[in-house]
Amino acid sequence: MTQHDSWVLNVADLNKRYGAGCPQCAGSTGPAHGTSQCPYCLSVLACVDANLTIYHGEVLGIVGESGSGKSTLMQLINLSTTATSGHIWYREPSNDAERTDLLTMDGFTRRHFRNDRLGIVHQRPELGLNMRFSVGGNVAEKLLLANWRHVGKIRERITELMIQTELPPERIDDDPHTFSGGMLQRVQIAKALSSNPALLLLDEVTSGLDLSVQARVLDLIRRIQWEQKMTMLLVSHDLGVIKQLARRTIVMKNGHIVESGLTDQILEDPQHPYTQLLVSSAL
Amino acid sequence: MSAAAENIYNFAFIDEDSKREVRRQLLKAIALPGHQVPFASRDLPIGRGWGTGGLQITMAIIAPSDTLKVIDQGDDESVNAVNLRRLLTRTTGVATTTDTQQASIIQTRHRIPEEKMRADQILVLQVPMVDPLRWVEPNLERATVMHGEADYGRMWVYMYESIIKAGDLRIATQYPVMVAGRYMMDTTPIPRWDVMRLHNADTLFLFGAGREKRIYAVPPYTTIEPLEFEDYRFKTEYQPNQRCHRCGATNTFLTGHFVKATTQDEPGHWVTSCSDSSYCDKQLVAQGIPEHTL
Ligand SMILES: Nc1ncnc2c1ncn2[C@@H]1O[C@H](COP(=O)(O)OP(=O)(O)O)[C@@H](O)[C@H]1O
Ligand SMILES: [Mg+2]
Ligand SMILES: [Zn+2]
Ligand SMILES: [Zn+2]
Repeated sequence: MTQHDSWVLNVADLNKRYGAGCPQCAGSTGPAHGTSQCPYCLSVLACVDANLTIYHGEVLGIVGESGSGKSTLMQLINLSTTATSGHIWYREPSNDAERTDLLTMDGFTRRHFRNDRLGIVHQRPELGLNMRFSVGGNVAEKLLLANWRHVGKIRERITELMIQTELPPERIDDDPHTFSGGMLQRVQIAKALSSNPALLLLDEVTSGLDLSVQARVLDLIRRIQWEQKMTMLLVSHDLGVIKQLARRTIVMKNGHIVESGLTDQILEDPQHPYTQLLVSSAL
Repeated sequence: MSAAAENIYNFAFIDEDSKREVRRQLLKAIALPGHQVPFASRDLPIGRGWGTGGLQITMAIIAPSDTLKVIDQGDDESVNAVNLRRLLTRTTGVATTTDTQQASIIQTRHRIPEEKMRADQILVLQVPMVDPLRWVEPNLERATVMHGEADYGRMWVYMYESIIKAGDLRIATQYPVMVAGRYMMDTTPIPRWDVMRLHNADTLFLFGAGREKRIYAVPPYTTIEPLEFEDYRFKTEYQPNQRCHRCGATNTFLTGHFVKATTQDEPGHWVTSCSDSSYCDKQLVAQGIPEHTL
């Protein structure tokens, strides 16, 4: 692999604090204190000095307990929440030389970038879909934002995406309320894939599903990864899910990255006490 | 009524500071075509929703030398038009007209007059609903951010959905348009017939919403593009065989009226005539029909 020279995203010293902050914040939060909330000012340091790189074509896993900051990190990368400080460098896979700090983009450029180069799938379908629109309308949103202006061609593309995500294309005009949880996740995936994104963000996409449904959705993600060499960031509190898909993994606790490396290595020889606990309870 | 008898009011009712404030917001609106500018809409002796937004714009820009025309539903004689005109003339003493050509300021709600307006005229539209995004984003703050980022994807889904559900773009009034390629604007409450008459016009169009406290503008020679698809085009209400039963015009926006049965030989029936009644009258006069018989 030539991964070292083909990174897509490089997160550098990224911070996100909810709340005003105080001089005591840094010294009273983090894994050593077992909390990300400052006891003095009640601010939450949800993401502290995060550094990570995502390489072209890989699946990077982020694991950690609920509240450890996984979704915050994902929302930062999705440019849907503002960072307190830091950089998110992006490099177009086809253009190795140029890099852009996504955090310096103006709102207009950011929205275009997010629509065109990123795809996101949320844990709760209501977050990623507009339940008042039809299934097809939801899948079409990114295409419409990218100035597709031919209904016939849009519907052809929706149909293609529905087949790809194993959804019955004849249900293109159906109300999403008539879809099961697993199907709604497929609709979110179809929408996320519609722009051929450079990076697919998956936030606990199987967490609300029955085990058998969960397995089929994971199969779909694996197939998409395989067929399209899609770069993915996969967030889960479930090490079992991470193990199945991610080659490398980052472990988060109380807003901090406490460990990172090859998933197999982390499973076999966890370094941080928290990771050790996580691994032993997953066995 | 003489203006002197009413001089307990300031000229054009509202005080000069408030007028200046409205004019400042108007300049901003003109500088950013289609962008909704908040303004401190004030109470007027007329119910909100009856045109207080448009009224405040007219009050802010009107001068003693102006000639005013006020229409509602295309009609100069509707109750609302009469009330608004009375308030404006009592507090300004300006001349009024029903003739589009004679007016320097026209205040209207539902129509752009049929006769092409000139560069030295201003059309003030009263609008009840401002934001096209209200269909897809009821939260005003979030809608403002969406406008700021030209984030109109969801609105386009709304258009797509209207085709899927109705088989066509069935949006009668409140048709959304892109203004100068930047801001999405609602054309409420003018009919689709008038939408493209905003495009590259010689005239300045000012829109005011009293209840929602917003004003916006389409300056002369601004591009107006209705939201449409290559395979589902924007269409006006035009019918190939349409005709005004009064003046015979075939190229005007028509409204229907029911004519009650008079005898058994003359059953009740619908007729259509120009919604712009003063235009229609003008055509009849031109055809030699004496004005007093209209
Ligand atoms: N909008 C917000 N305002 C305040 N605190 C928040 C907000 N979103 C998340 N948090 C807090 O940030 C921390 C990390 O949350 P989150 O990123 O959702 O964690 P995870 O996805 O790992 O469960 C939690 O303590 C959470 O309560
Ligand atoms: Mg989460
Ligand atoms: Zn603090
Ligand atoms: Zn007529």
